[in-house]
Amino acid sequence: MSEPWEEEGPGTIKKFMYVNRKAPYGTIYALESLEVVLIAAAFEQDVSMAFLDDGVYQLKKGQDTKGIGQKNFSPTYRALEGYDVEKLYVEAEALAERGLSEDDLLVPVEVMSREALAELMNEQDVILSF
Amino acid sequence: MKYGILVNEGPYQHQASDTAYQFAKAVLDKGHELYRVFFYHDGVNNGTRFAVPPQDDRKIAELWSQMAEAHGTDLVICIAAAQRRGLLDEGEAKRQGKDGNNIAPGFRISGLGQLIEAGIQCDRLVVFGD
Repeated sequence: MSEPWEEEGPGTIKKFMYVNRKAPYGTIYALESLEVVLIAAAFEQDVSMAFLDDGVYQLKKGQDTKGIGQKNFSPTYRALEGYDVEKLYVEAEALAERGLSEDDLLVPVEVMSREALAELMNEQDVILSF
Repeated sequence: MKYGILVNEGPYQHQASDTAYQFAKAVLDKGHELYRVFFYHDGVNNGTRFAVPPQDDRKIAELWSQMAEAHGTDLVICIAAAQRRGLLDEGEAKRQGKDGNNIAPGFRISGLGQLIEAGIQCDRLVVFGD
């Protein structure tokens, strides 16, 4: 039985990029964006995530949310690999502007320049920006 | 061309809902196909029939409902985002033991898979929000 999303043929694989631009707390964008990525993993598309602007804070090691009464969902980023979400791109300028380096991040990522990331975005079929 | 739309912001708080509506209208007026409008984050509040804006203001939920009635537009509210924010249809109200529902005509509540499916099926998925 074919699923409705297979209308274009069962082999349809598009490049999906999830662009994360917001700090992990303060607004719900980061948390709900992660929920989309986890659900999307079941669709076997070519998935990548990009972190830029304050979105780089989502991957910061050592997050502690006790003081704000919210759940620390940062361990979920470590689980992404298990969902075959392995392409995580971080904008170098965004890290530098915030005094962060790759060592401050809790998962392995590919750090790339704003320009290279822009090129990568150009190659995507679908960009979901949160 | 086949278009999908993602609305990530609440009505009245943010202009994204108005812009998304106007874009959707333009898509239909130009004779394109509007595959689906998906409401996420506070965007789910576009689909409450309990909103009572001032008389001289636009009625955003009603505008969407009218579009669905006139064009059969598929208006989908994310269930996870809706549950957090108190947006319920009859079935959900019953399941969650709530004493009423507030979904506007023409909207339906479903899962995030509907968003990914729109990404796969549409030529363009356009995101409205910050």
